[in-house]
Amino acid sequence: MLDTDHYARLGLGEIRDKVMAGHRLSYDDGLRLFACPDITAIGALAHHVRTRLHGDRTYYVVNRQVNYTNICVNGCLFCAFQRERGQQGAFALTPDEMVARVMDDGGVPFSEVHIVGGCHPDLPLEWFEDVIRRIHAARPSIVVKAFTAVEIAHFAKLAGIDTEEVLRRLKAAGLSQLPGGGAEIFAPDVRQRICPRKIDADAWLRVAGEAHRLGIGTNCTMLFGHLESEADRVDHLCRLRAQQDETGGFTCFIPLPFLTENSLLKLPPERVGQHVGLDRLRTVAVSRLMLDNIAHIKAYWVMMGVKLAQVALHYGANDLDGTIVEEKIGHMAGSDAVQAMTIAQLEDMIRRSGFTPVRRDTHFNPVEEARA
Amino acid sequence: MSQHPVAGTQSPFMEAEAVRTIAAHVLSGGRIDRAGAETLYHEASLHTLAHLAHAVRLRRHPEPVVTYVADRNINYSNICVCACRFCAFYRAPGAEGGYVLSREELARKIDETLALGGTQILLQGGHHPDLPLHFYEDMIGWIRATYPAIHIHAFSPPEIVFFAEKEHLTIGEVIERLRAAGLDSIPGGGAEILVDEVRTKVSPNKCSAELWLAVMEEAHYQGLRTTATMMFGHEETHAHRLDHLFAVRDVQDRTGGFTAFIPWTFQPANTAIDRDPEPAPAYLRLLALSRIVLDNIDNIQASWVTMGPHVAQLALFYGANDFGSLMIEENVVAAAGVSFSLSRGEIHKIIRAAGFTPVQRTMDYTPVVPQPVEA
Repeated sequence: MLDTDHYARLGLGEIRDKVMAGHRLSYDDGLRLFACPDITAIGALAHHVRTRLHGDRTYYVVNRQVNYTNICVNGCLFCAFQRERGQQGAFALTPDEMVARVMDDGGVPFSEVHIVGGCHPDLPLEWFEDVIRRIHAARPSIVVKAFTAVEIAHFAKLAGIDTEEVLRRLKAAGLSQLPGGGAEIFAPDVRQRICPRKIDADAWLRVAGEAHRLGIGTNCTMLFGHLESEADRVDHLCRLRAQQDETGGFTCFIPLPFLTENSLLKLPPERVGQHVGLDRLRTVAVSRLMLDNIAHIKAYWVMMGVKLAQVALHYGANDLDGTIVEEKIGHMAGSDAVQAMTIAQLEDMIRRSGFTPVRRDTHFNPVEEARA
Repeated sequence: MSQHPVAGTQSPFMEAEAVRTIAAHVLSGGRIDRAGAETLYHEASLHTLAHLAHAVRLRRHPEPVVTYVADRNINYSNICVCACRFCAFYRAPGAEGGYVLSREELARKIDETLALGGTQILLQGGHHPDLPLHFYEDMIGWIRATYPAIHIHAFSPPEIVFFAEKEHLTIGEVIERLRAAGLDSIPGGGAEILVDEVRTKVSPNKCSAELWLAVMEEAHYQGLRTTATMMFGHEETHAHRLDHLFAVRDVQDRTGGFTAFIPWTFQPANTAIDRDPEPAPAYLRLLALSRIVLDNIDNIQASWVTMGPHVAQLALFYGANDFGSLMIEENVVAAAGVSFSLSRGEIHKIIRAAGFTPVQRTMDYTPVVPQPVEA
């Protein structure tokens, strides 16, 4: 059995004891979990924690994404979505188009709109305040989850004000949650190589902390499977955990596997290919085990792939994101997942994977079945 | 369809007493009975199943090797009178798109297979209403004469039963004639679910479970090795899946002729069965259970063709010790909307990243000599 002897033989006896007792794992523990070849031993521990927190519940949200522009001044090497202004394929939605997308629910009353885009060179903060205000007025029941910490810092820079002021003004307009993007990997040397113009780790964490203090919950992410080491991943998780100890506002952690297609970031050949399934699951599992103060771990099916996301529910994840409707960033990077899933498909997939589906809102409160 | 509720989401450290008892029995090398299999399948957590299946696999194959075969699925015809509801590949006789491969097309496909380091062809087709047994004998005989080195893995049991009925011969006579023409082994296709209650619903015109098993038993007695498959996730219950495993195990106890068991999931696109494909955790549960139950079959194959490379890699920790085929050509699953494709280099990389050494094998699991050069 997966008993104490088995873990002792793997050199993980002490880690198993800590997990069972609910004690915090150290940075070194994280490295040892990554180094262990027995994926079942790691997955079992992560699943134990997942069931302790969430039983057999698997959450999903009825949501839609709106990517408002792909014009971006950052030019991150890993990004297949970004375009320069004037470049072929560049787009920017108008406020009317954004409101129209939110109004068009296709008969599925969604509870969350997820809005992210590039760091556009000249859309001012007022433009975003106006959009949020109009969306909020048009559909007051919908939670507006918008703008990563990177976008918030960009708005602040253009407006010549500090990020806290930006957050305050957007909150007043109707913003209630930040998505977790832009964290990428915090380790400075890798961050410098993959997204040199993006705000650094300290700035990203500072914006998240400011949002938390203003009562705006945020998600957090980690982009992995590019140039980073396993130590960089554990470091990333430890920094998020420390921030959460301080400000407590992270709702959900989303490990994002790097998709290589259409990316300028060229990886060494041993990192490119179809051999990364185990690595992705292991990363989900170690995240669950390290992040003892973040309640939810998401298997984001767009990036993870639908089948692996189903499996990840047994390796620490307790959320599948949602219906999505239209997604550009992952798909332009080569995701072969479908564009949208129906509620029935999500629920059927969750049930047949063994779990009880729970429709949630952005803050993970259960949502009643929508009136048809 | 009444499905047993899917269980197994509890913590693997909180298994019920009954599960722990059976787990200890499996780990000590014991055979499990039907009741034990039911308990594991319905109550054990996914990780406990994985742990047990991997232990059984390591006991049988302690060396850190994952094998695969390089072959090509050649479908000599898609014209078929069976009209199975799960099939997106067949064409009814006279329907547009029906074909029978010519000798020239066969030759080209085999030449390409050999050029890519392939060692065998998997030759299967529909139940063609007009082709006599002579056609198949001639086809095999011609391949054997033209390509003496290639292993001919051909004609699933339903085809053999179909030939026998059409020609008013016994199953034994058909196998003898095909063997004499050059047949090397029989693929385990057409097993679907080996329970007639299910077969009459999803493949009413295909041979019965009893006849499928009889073909394999006869082939084994005549010295041919075969594989066994199972296609699940359509209209069967969990109990039917267990019936299938135990039916295969019983034949194997008598003959020892199955080289491998290959479970895979029904792919619904373009078929007459409206159901989403089985989720990956359900595939892994069944895969692990098959490794545990089939204690008399040497090899269990992962199905990357239906599950994709990521889940297939994980399957190597759920009892699978073989990565199936390099699959130079595949038509049947592709017709059902699923088309993963992997090169030899990618298969090697997937196996290595899981901590194993890839070894190319033949149908009877002998390593190919020399091994292919790494891409």
